[in-house]
Amino acid sequence: MPHDHLSPSGHPYRPDQDHPLTYWQQMEIALRELLIEKGVTTAAEIQSQIEAMDARTPANGAAVVARAWTDPSFREALMADASEATRGMGFDIGPMRLIAVENTAEVHNMIVCTLCSCYPRNLLGLPPDWYKSRAYRSRTVREPRKVLAEFGVELPPGTTVRVHDSTADMRYIVIPARPAGTEGLDAAALAALVTRDSMIGTGLPRQP
Amino acid sequence: MDKVETGRRWHDMGGDAAGPVPDAQHDFALWEKRVDALMVLCSGKGHFTVDGLRRVLEDMGEEAFETMTYYERWIASVSQNLVEAGVITQSELATRMEEVAARGPTYGEASGG
Repeated sequence: MPHDHLSPSGHPYRPDQDHPLTYWQQMEIALRELLIEKGVTTAAEIQSQIEAMDARTPANGAAVVARAWTDPSFREALMADASEATRGMGFDIGPMRLIAVENTAEVHNMIVCTLCSCYPRNLLGLPPDWYKSRAYRSRTVREPRKVLAEFGVELPPGTTVRVHDSTADMRYIVIPARPAGTEGLDAAALAALVTRDSMIGTGLPRQP
Repeated sequence: MDKVETGRRWHDMGGDAAGPVPDAQHDFALWEKRVDALMVLCSGKGHFTVDGLRRVLEDMGEEAFETMTYYERWIASVSQNLVEAGVITQSELATRMEEVAARGPTYGEASGG
């Protein structure tokens, strides 16, 4: 492919701005304008909602995990009621019920939404495309070890794999097992080891 | 298409056979973020529920799942829910969509930035 779709910095141009307008983009613009004109919302409110969503990244979840690794009473509260415990850290969890599931030497947890795309978006941001794919939704509950292998995760044969199917009202976050050799690290250094996929269960934390 | 033999609908795909998990990822475009924001705001204000969003997505069927992107399906469902709720009418939306398309050939031009 010639590079005529790349910007001078070598990146693709924003596909939302310079490609031909699609029917569905046309609908988004029209609907947004009508809702603003009718006073249902405002341009500023839409913009601040986008900014709030953009600000939700896996770093939020990583801070929760690192605290669970370093603060036993928080860990206990998190496992008892993850919505309440994470609200206590200042995260906007909304009305949904959040359940933390903890990986151990014996058990590995994974999350999926077989019906659609429910995801702990308040702590991890928007779900990756593969999370919403037919393949992940279909196969994870049937052959989780094969799916894990595609993510490069090979678990010992004796490990129990538990798959949690999310719903709109009840979502899960995986608390990965703290890597060995991290005894001397503080919460900030530990959080840097916690990847998005390790909180979905399709990955493991980085090694220090 | 419904799965007649199991009584499950098309979207209830947990346990089905499928190919490898795709690893392609795209950054969300501005229009997609706007769709997400409209869903969160309109449902938060009580105009419809996440169950309403899903009902329309599921009724759109498997072909829509295979041929439309995630936020294309969402904007279709958000619009349908708002028509059903009486917040907008179908003809208002159609008229405005024509006006939008007349502004220019790209998203940037049609959305005024």
